[in-house]
Amino acid sequence: MTIRLAPLLAAILLFAGCGPGTGSTNADETGGSAKGELGPPQGEPIKAMLTSPPQVPPPTGRSKPAKVIVELEVVEKEMPISEGATYMFWTFGGTVPGSFIRVRQGDTIEFHLMNAPDSKMPHNIDLHGVTGPGGGAASSFTAPGHRSRFTFKALNAGLYVYHCATAPVGMHVANGMYGLILVEPPEGLAAVDREYYVMQGDFYTTGRYREKGHRAFDMEKAIDEHPTYVLFNGSEGSMTGDKALAAKTGEKVRLYVGNGGPNLVSSFHVIGEIFDRVWFEGGTRFQENVQTTLIPAGGAAMMEFHVEVPGSYILVDHSIFRAFNKGALASLKAEGPENKLIYSGKEVDEMYLGDRALPNLGAVAAAAAAAKTGELTVQQQIEAGKALFAGTCSTCHQPDGRGLEGVFPPLTKSDWFATDARRVPLAILQGIQGKVMVNGKEYNSVMPPMTHLTDDEVANIATYVLNSWGNPGGRITKAEVAAMRKNAVAAPAER
Amino acid sequence: MSRKAALIALALLGAACPSAGEGTPGWAMLPGGQFRSALALADAPQGSPVARFVMMEMPVTNQQFLEFVRANPRWQRDRVPTALAEPRYLSHWDGPTRLGNRSLPDGPVVWVSWFAADAYCRAGGARLPTWSEWEYAAAADATRRDARSDPAWRERILEWYAEPSVAVLPAVGTDAPNAYGVRDLHGLVWEWVEDYSALLVSADNREQGDPDELRFCGAGAISASDRESYAVLMRVAMLSALEGANATANVGFRCARGP
Repeated sequence: MTIRLAPLLAAILLFAGCGPGTGSTNADETGGSAKGELGPPQGEPIKAMLTSPPQVPPPTGRSKPAKVIVELEVVEKEMPISEGATYMFWTFGGTVPGSFIRVRQGDTIEFHLMNAPDSKMPHNIDLHGVTGPGGGAASSFTAPGHRSRFTFKALNAGLYVYHCATAPVGMHVANGMYGLILVEPPEGLAAVDREYYVMQGDFYTTGRYREKGHRAFDMEKAIDEHPTYVLFNGSEGSMTGDKALAAKTGEKVRLYVGNGGPNLVSSFHVIGEIFDRVWFEGGTRFQENVQTTLIPAGGAAMMEFHVEVPGSYILVDHSIFRAFNKGALASLKAEGPENKLIYSGKEVDEMYLGDRALPNLGAVAAAAAAAKTGELTVQQQIEAGKALFAGTCSTCHQPDGRGLEGVFPPLTKSDWFATDARRVPLAILQGIQGKVMVNGKEYNSVMPPMTHLTDDEVANIATYVLNSWGNPGGRITKAEVAAMRKNAVAAPAER
Repeated sequence: MSRKAALIALALLGAACPSAGEGTPGWAMLPGGQFRSALALADAPQGSPVARFVMMEMPVTNQQFLEFVRANPRWQRDRVPTALAEPRYLSHWDGPTRLGNRSLPDGPVVWVSWFAADAYCRAGGARLPTWSEWEYAAAADATRRDARSDPAWRERILEWYAEPSVAVLPAVGTDAPNAYGVRDLHGLVWEWVEDYSALLVSADNREQGDPDELRFCGAGAISASDRESYAVLMRVAMLSALEGANATANVGFRCARGP
């Protein structure tokens, strides 16, 4: 209650003290840095609690300005950027993004930047929450094995990016040197059930996306703004599977999302949720009922949503190729009882040809019609399968069926299904997870179950694959697929 | 100077100072010439002359530096004033005159201050190389004297930046000699240069649009934006972060002298 009262009181006092000519015109305005000075620090200095992503330190819970000591160590370290691929990250606090710092408006922050003795490079820090030239950069230029100190007063409330500003700035940022500092408004932020810290960054490495081995920085790609990876929290899969963010139905979740860049602007979106509130650009005002919010490089935003329905909610950069081809994916797993009144799950699954009867899918329509009359030929199945393959399978297995070595198995002269044709429709229906050997090479990717395909679509694609690229031939019928689907081990219910 | 005269001069030099000169083991002769620095000094856009000089083929090793501090006890770590070498000076040795297992005898000596490096070179009748000399020597690859336009040359430098710092540095000399016969200029350690303190880079290099005259009068307004030279300029940034008494895990040195 005191928290609620404090701003009111402050506002009244402010108003009382505000004689004519002070320039304050709008009662809604916070007054910015000119009103950010809330008096000298009180009490003993406090050592700031820093957290690694995706965790956020607890609210400061203070109603008076304090002296806060922040100690942040720069560490250069090799870490995975994707499965089997490592990168030499330069970090604030040993993680990408760097440690989350949480202070209160009016606090005096004594900032210590330590550069680890085994660092090769000098580093510094520019905090966007600092009022002063360089944001602290010139005052914090620190050689390996040294510590710098500078002090600033947090005059403006908001969510701010910090980053290294040592030459070449772009390279230091591209190597992961950024993080967030939250300056709470004097009254604090409303309590929520969960708070998480997510930061997007673009990475420029030698080699291709997901190419294995140790990867070095590629300046040419960085200048051309052609990232190899676009990631949340510095590595692919940083917040998926076991590491997914967690919430329960009925809870209110607040995300603190930054974008370190160095180059890209993020179209931040959570699939299946609508942000009830977005403090766009990390500022004081919020917008309500937002689907996707833009986060500039070197900028941040806060957003809140209320979880109604259990399931996985996927965080993406909705510049969508970055999500599915460069790694900008994370997930929030919500647990709790279903609420069919709000979201039903799949209610109907039936064939609809409709405008698929366009020229390029003519073969599909022909096959479907022939199936009805019982005159479907293998050749019709192959042609229909070919058209369907082009839309669904070729993304990974490539239009020529050769796949991508080490990532997506080839379907050409494949020894994996040569002796058991049923493996093809089964793979389409159930997906594949874990290691498989194909033509002497090991693959360990995930193929999701293609449950959106109907029985005859699966049959046609399988028949096409079996009759192409030096494979032994054969035929899979709709009835066989239907039986397989029925017998399929009870997979988690598809929504 | 004719070739013959030069040879005679060298022979004389060799006699006067057995530690340096062409044909002296461990030292390489660099002919010098017009050289365009990555620093692109505003007053010398076409480059500046680098005089003929002699340079150690490899960085100074722990063993060599150990002999130096034995002969010059005032440079031992328990005796040197902190104004000349910070407390971590030679901290990777087991004792003031003992190497131990964190420092290979033929590994490059690190954790040395500029003052100590300078003293070592002087004791041998030499000096630290200037930045220009160092950069000139480091522009070469195995076959060319100026390989800087080759992306492969730059990639090699960057590879070292992308490798974690190792606890015990490997031996010097495993690198192939460059066109001048000099090794390990890239990929092993940073190196002190004589005029490092003139490499004044702004601590916040983004101030380029508003150069502070005092700061920039030294090595000029360093622009690390050049695709060709930023890898070398990061070395300048590193040196500019240091004070003369500082020592770090990755900064070593080698000596040079006039011909």
